[in-house]
Amino acid sequence: MRGKRKGDEGAKKAYREAVRGQREALTIWWLDRMVATRRPWVEKRTLLWHDHWATSIQKVKSGQAMLAQNATLRRLGGGDFQAMARAMVKDPALMLWLDAAGNTAKAPNENLARELMELFVLGVGHYEEADVRQAAAALTGWAVDRKGEEWQPRFRPRQHADGAQTVLGTKTDFTAMALVDHLVEQPACPRHVASRLWARLVSAEDGPSEESLERIAASRDLTRMVRAILTDPAFSDSGSVLVKQPVEYVVGAMRALGVRPRELEKKQRRQLMRTLNGLGQVPFAPPNVGGWPHGAAWLTTAAAKVRIGFAQQLVRQADLGPIERTARGGRPEALARLLGVPEWSAATARVLDGAAKEPRRVTAIALTAPEYLVLA
Amino acid sequence: MDTWTRRKFLTASGVTAGAALAAGATAYSVDDLLGSSTEASRASEARTLVLVTLYGGNDGLGTVVPAWDRAYRDARPDLAYGEDEVLPLGEELGLNPSMKGFKKLWDKEHLAIVRGVSYPRPDHSHFRSMSIWQTGSPGSPASTGWLGRWLDVAGDPDPLRAVSVGATLPPLLAGEKTAGAAVQLGGLRLAKPWQQVCRELAQAQEGVHPLQARAAASLGDLTKVVGEFGAERETAQVDPGEPRDGGEDGADDGASAGGQGQLGAQLAVVAKAIKAGVPTRVFSVSLGGFDTHANEKNTQSRLLGEMDKALSGFLEEVRGKKVVVAVYSEFGRRVKANANQGTDHGTSGPVFVLGEPVKGGFYGDQPSLTKLKDDDLQTTTDFRDVYATLLERVLGTEPGEVLDGHERTLEFV
Repeated sequence: MRGKRKGDEGAKKAYREAVRGQREALTIWWLDRMVATRRPWVEKRTLLWHDHWATSIQKVKSGQAMLAQNATLRRLGGGDFQAMARAMVKDPALMLWLDAAGNTAKAPNENLARELMELFVLGVGHYEEADVRQAAAALTGWAVDRKGEEWQPRFRPRQHADGAQTVLGTKTDFTAMALVDHLVEQPACPRHVASRLWARLVSAEDGPSEESLERIAASRDLTRMVRAILTDPAFSDSGSVLVKQPVEYVVGAMRALGVRPRELEKKQRRQLMRTLNGLGQVPFAPPNVGGWPHGAAWLTTAAAKVRIGFAQQLVRQADLGPIERTARGGRPEALARLLGVPEWSAATARVLDGAAKEPRRVTAIALTAPEYLVLA
Repeated sequence: MDTWTRRKFLTASGVTAGAALAAGATAYSVDDLLGSSTEASRASEARTLVLVTLYGGNDGLGTVVPAWDRAYRDARPDLAYGEDEVLPLGEELGLNPSMKGFKKLWDKEHLAIVRGVSYPRPDHSHFRSMSIWQTGSPGSPASTGWLGRWLDVAGDPDPLRAVSVGATLPPLLAGEKTAGAAVQLGGLRLAKPWQQVCRELAQAQEGVHPLQARAAASLGDLTKVVGEFGAERETAQVDPGEPRDGGEDGADDGASAGGQGQLGAQLAVVAKAIKAGVPTRVFSVSLGGFDTHANEKNTQSRLLGEMDKALSGFLEEVRGKKVVVAVYSEFGRRVKANANQGTDHGTSGPVFVLGEPVKGGFYGDQPSLTKLKDDDLQTTTDFRDVYATLLERVLGTEPGEVLDGHERTLEFV
């Protein structure tokens, strides 16, 4: 796809169309997997790591590379964080996204080194500007080979900065992997990762107590970390509430109503993409390297409008047999069970009762109710 | 003819977020916005500030170019513009060739260029540096934006005095007690029966979590917005993952630091609002994509060209309305180029101030290309000098109250 001549409008248009098509196919593939899977946690976890190592197809422009990154995050999402960090530093999509490709001894490019410290591994305040520049030097020489169908990380020794670098007080001739290991071994690393997990799994507003953070960050094993979070008293506290991310909302509704994204017609698939876009979260296209916003940011009037449109369409695509077969009076209760809502508020219950004779309508209303937008 | 009335503009305002919400307070409903604003009047001599944020870190040396400086050409041979390429400004500086509209404003003395602007101990993180620029608090992290504090100080709890065009509210408009309003591009439609459903679902419930209450309120606010906007046509949203137009190699090279496109469309909303006589004194708009670690020349030139065209057209639209535009970015870039024909995160850069009330010319000294600090440009102008000037001469407020005692101003307005 590269090396097009300037002014070749037809080729440009075809290229844009191809990328757009890849992006849609990729998104529908993942949404379908999320809807159909018997192991939803693995998909939720993968989405969480996609948000952490936020990479967008807008710049990467390769469905292949984004898919490969997705597979890496799925494969390593429950193991030692070190293994994930090692893999991601050599992930071609992330490398391209953060301009690693042209990081050379003569003229280092700091983008990857900086975000590695700031966003991915340590967090702000746990490194100095000099550490970023030295880490960038350690990563020099790593580029992406984009010749084949599958992109590959490639080391070009002649572009690598010789000699020792000093990163966080340690002076040695770091290889890329030695650098990652050094960063991951800092006490700040598990604490940073634990805080990011907490914000996604417990509360985006209130961080963990020092005691909880210490307990969760005791291990770098991601499954153990998650287990420590899920057994923390704050996790089951009624004061810990999360706003569903748009992808969670859409996938949850489709799962509950048995609608498979890949079985939708072309027009409906496009509509689903527009829904996610209108809600502000399209997988494979985070807004920036910091990932998606969280919490109240999803609760805008514009998003409310999009959800209503989505709910109206979904109930036309769904098999509402279970609701139809339930007696009118029991439908609100049946919907609460189906959608995993603990209890409808009095106001919502009144609206649902009023619409209960029409299965489609009552289901669509349930999908837009405030109780269904949050994870209590 | 467009029937964009003041009332329509007001009802299109979305719900605010920011510090007021984070503190647990209820965000403003559209009712609050309407109620507090329709009565509001504004003096005809009042000026309006339009703040343009360039996300990603715009390269100042590629914008106001020291084309005559040998050190500039030596530091970035592949990126440098020649003396005959730039639009000459004097003092051995020239504008990027794509900024023809700005050059016209310069010649009319309606463009001020404040040079070497940053804050003490510059930070190279996008997120940290943008937060310092938006909070106006370089020393310690602050939970309020500088224009949010201006809203607080003004004592009039009307969020429509400061409006951001875009889906979410930037931190700079979030105050302790008041936050600005976010206005979406395009209108909304909703069938009548659903409006009734939303009103009922939105009824306040005792004892629910604030986030669930917020979810309910968003449904209620929606009915108020669409009530006024029934016939408005919807505009397609900008798709963040869409490969941008002109998707040749390099077009998205500055994208990883975020920000929105379509500056022209945002400014069209602002121009309509100003012409409709809304009480808004501050508008915030933005353009993203300036994180040019690679292939900088094409990317930056395209973005600066977009900004130039959008802002020149906008100022033409609001001629005679006493509008002052200020353009800034979270940092400039490193003097020396990297191996991808790009530059890494740097420090100080120019701030543009333009419009009829502006006294054109250079303010502040051009940072030296040979006396660098850790390979970066030195700061010659404190960013709070720029803010203080805008607060005092455009918004008519004591700057010290908003900027923690900082009162030094410049003469560009």
